[in-house]
Amino acid sequence: MSGGDLQARLLAPSRWRKWEIALWAAIWVTPFAVPQHAALINEIAILALFAVSLDIVLGYAGIVSLGHAAFFGSGAYAAALFAKHVMPDPLVGLVVGTVVGALLGVTTSPMIVRGTDLTRLMVTMGVALVLLELANKFDNVTGGADGLQGVVIGPLLGMFEFDLGARTASFYSLTVLFLVFLVLRRVVHSPFGVSLQALRDNRLRLSSLGMSIQGRLAVAYTLGAAVAGAAGALLAQTTGFASLDGLDFHRSADVMLALVIGGAGWLWGGLAGAIAFKVMHDVISAFTPQYWTFWIGLFLVILMLVGREKLFSPRTWFKNGGAK
Amino acid sequence: MTDVVLQTRSLVKRFGGITATQDVTLAITRGARHALIGPNGAGKTTLINQLTGVLDPTSGRIELEGRDITDLAPHKRVALGLVRTFQINQLFSTLTPAQSLTLAVSNRREAAGRWWLPLGSDAGIVAEVEQLLVQFRLQDHADRVTRELPYGKRRLLEIALAVALKPRVLLLDEPAAGVPAAERQDILDTVAALPADVSVVLIEHDMDLVFTFATRITVLVNGAMLTEGTPAEIAASDEVRAVYLGSSLAGTRHASTEAEHG
Amino acid sequence: MLTLLFDGVAYGMLLFVLSLGLAVTMGLMNFINLAHGSFAMAGGYVLVVLMQKHGWPFLACLPAAFIVTALIGAALERTLYRPMYSKPHLDQVLFSIGLSFMAVAAVDYVMGSSQVNVQTPQWLQGRIEIGAGDTLLGMGRYRLFIVVVCVGLALGLQAILSGTRFGSRLRAAVDDPRVAAGLGIPVNRVFLLTFAFGSGLAGLGGALGVDVLGLDPSFPFKFMVYFLIVCAVGGTSSITGPLVAALVLGIADVFGKYYVPKLGGFIVYVLMIAILLWRPQGLFSRESRK
Repeated sequence: MSGGDLQARLLAPSRWRKWEIALWAAIWVTPFAVPQHAALINEIAILALFAVSLDIVLGYAGIVSLGHAAFFGSGAYAAALFAKHVMPDPLVGLVVGTVVGALLGVTTSPMIVRGTDLTRLMVTMGVALVLLELANKFDNVTGGADGLQGVVIGPLLGMFEFDLGARTASFYSLTVLFLVFLVLRRVVHSPFGVSLQALRDNRLRLSSLGMSIQGRLAVAYTLGAAVAGAAGALLAQTTGFASLDGLDFHRSADVMLALVIGGAGWLWGGLAGAIAFKVMHDVISAFTPQYWTFWIGLFLVILMLVGREKLFSPRTWFKNGGAK
Repeated sequence: MTDVVLQTRSLVKRFGGITATQDVTLAITRGARHALIGPNGAGKTTLINQLTGVLDPTSGRIELEGRDITDLAPHKRVALGLVRTFQINQLFSTLTPAQSLTLAVSNRREAAGRWWLPLGSDAGIVAEVEQLLVQFRLQDHADRVTRELPYGKRRLLEIALAVALKPRVLLLDEPAAGVPAAERQDILDTVAALPADVSVVLIEHDMDLVFTFATRITVLVNGAMLTEGTPAEIAASDEVRAVYLGSSLAGTRHASTEAEHG
Repeated sequence: MLTLLFDGVAYGMLLFVLSLGLAVTMGLMNFINLAHGSFAMAGGYVLVVLMQKHGWPFLACLPAAFIVTALIGAALERTLYRPMYSKPHLDQVLFSIGLSFMAVAAVDYVMGSSQVNVQTPQWLQGRIEIGAGDTLLGMGRYRLFIVVVCVGLALGLQAILSGTRFGSRLRAAVDDPRVAAGLGIPVNRVFLLTFAFGSGLAGLGGALGVDVLGLDPSFPFKFMVYFLIVCAVGGTSSITGPLVAALVLGIADVFGKYYVPKLGGFIVYVLMIAILLWRPQGLFSRESRK
């Protein structure tokens, strides 16, 4: 077999499949086809972005985090405060939210990369709880339990106003989701991304090949934090509101559930899961509005008993030509 | 005076009440084909673990090319050229051999941190991987997920990954362990074909491999060095025979020949 | 200040009893059970229902809470938990969160979402005061009762662990389940009994804690973090580890809320993060567990 052949085979997983292009085309059609659901599309796009950010942390780096909302909520508050006190331009605010998420990720990553699964779980939860308490106590800044109100966002690119119809919002969020997806897709297939997969498979071997485990985990975690911050910023900007809810445990649990439904470790899981989660939420809430938690709990229990791998396996086929 | 590439000085390792490594002073010369043998539990793997930094010695020093590496982190020793294989395969189960080797070579070329271009876009790296696949007879399995490879092929991959790093000193921990008879020859051939400038330390129970391959043998018993010498000297040694005739070890044709001649 | 210290100790002892079952489950079955708080909640509600609806005396409700929760624990262990032991931690986490969600929603539906209150018996009301002025030690009788019960439990458990055959089987199984099974120790039964016992303890703690901690359907989520902190910091391979961790936590929380009310709640979290940074394996773990 010639060298060029081997190279083609190595590069194969990174090529866009037809179904991926088709899916994105379908996604892009929706805001035009059903503009009356623009608000819902916006919500799903934001949740998808959040879920994809968790995928980097959980699906690729293998870090079990129950406090990912820490970055989401912080990004939301950062963007809201920025719009309120500095300037209302949404794109700059988005960058601010992303940077805040990244900074938080970088500062907390030393705690995450050491220790066992349990301590990681604790620390991730702990960070989110600390931030929640801080936001609660410093309510003169954050608006406390009432939330940060009166956030006015300027027009996007100076042209598109954010109105109640949410059309601008849905395109905005969808575009950010798409661009981030493109970048992350490249990262995931790069040597760095594949080394994350290798890290998940066998840490000992990775360090025996001379590659640093902690450095990689820190970068992946920070990247996930940054994207989560962006998602939070989008929420604050498109709803004009930021609250403690963005940091709450329920957020962390919901996004994890969405990702698990869609399947962690293949990027599309975040998108698929976000759509499925929202649909489930709306359907179940229509029947029993207060007891959504019960049915979601039951779903989780059954899903875990049956085996998460059932959702995993078909996905990894597309990635690397082999079943998990 | 021959060039010493890896040296331990009075290495000791204690686990609570157990002394796993007793005062081991070992010198590996450049280009060596040095075998480390001894009965099970003699502390061979523990010694390797200390050499690579997975375990910290209780006392003593380790020097690589004259440089003291006793306190150096494992992945930094790899960067200095000290590489090992594992007795039990440590592979990336969901990656293919092509991918695993590409990662290893990329890391050696300091390209493992690249995040924009996909794995496999560097033609130079791919060419090296191609060579390794041929050298280790993995071309036909290059794109199968490691988990699905037959055991013998996985063992070859284990060694290939180490060689991909172009090591200066290569520590092979029982490369032929558990390999079915049909696939053993591949292992023996690839070990024999390792580059001459690489210093190889081989731990093995398979005496065929040891006596074919090694130019120098150290015998380890209960964590201490019993004796050291050329294969002929070791084969003739009464001490070594006493150690081995006590345990059931297949393939000790030299020991049994001695027994015949009395 | 002595009073504060005493309150902290009482709180800590309560946390200890509540968290011990979780620590043992994690150490023994290597299972992260985030539904543990729900067992505590169940115990609390058993107490409330028995006392308010059926007029049982307080002291009788405590063992009832223990037994009922232990039975629930045993049933769940046999049916739902056992298949989950070998699954990865993430799955266990999600599974137990799911169970918690179900428990919380069910209790919300049946009992309503407001806080419930319990009428503590006459002989446990009021305080005992020793000393005066700065060195005043005021011990609420109820809290004193909690301390006594919990210390008794701790001593009793230590005795069981080191003195009985079950104790040594348990310790063997914690050390290495496969070897233990190979020695003929009925590991499955040990797991079942231990899990049931741990859940019962949680229920007992929940019942004891109704007056001190409050009880409503959000109890599991409010307090789960504390239980996890005790386990993470105290380690899961002994009784003394969680005990010390719980005491430190209780005292820190009480002192924090008193002296720095603005930041009170989260002193505990910061403390935990600091400890885990310093010793990622927890303060008392013998070895690192994956």
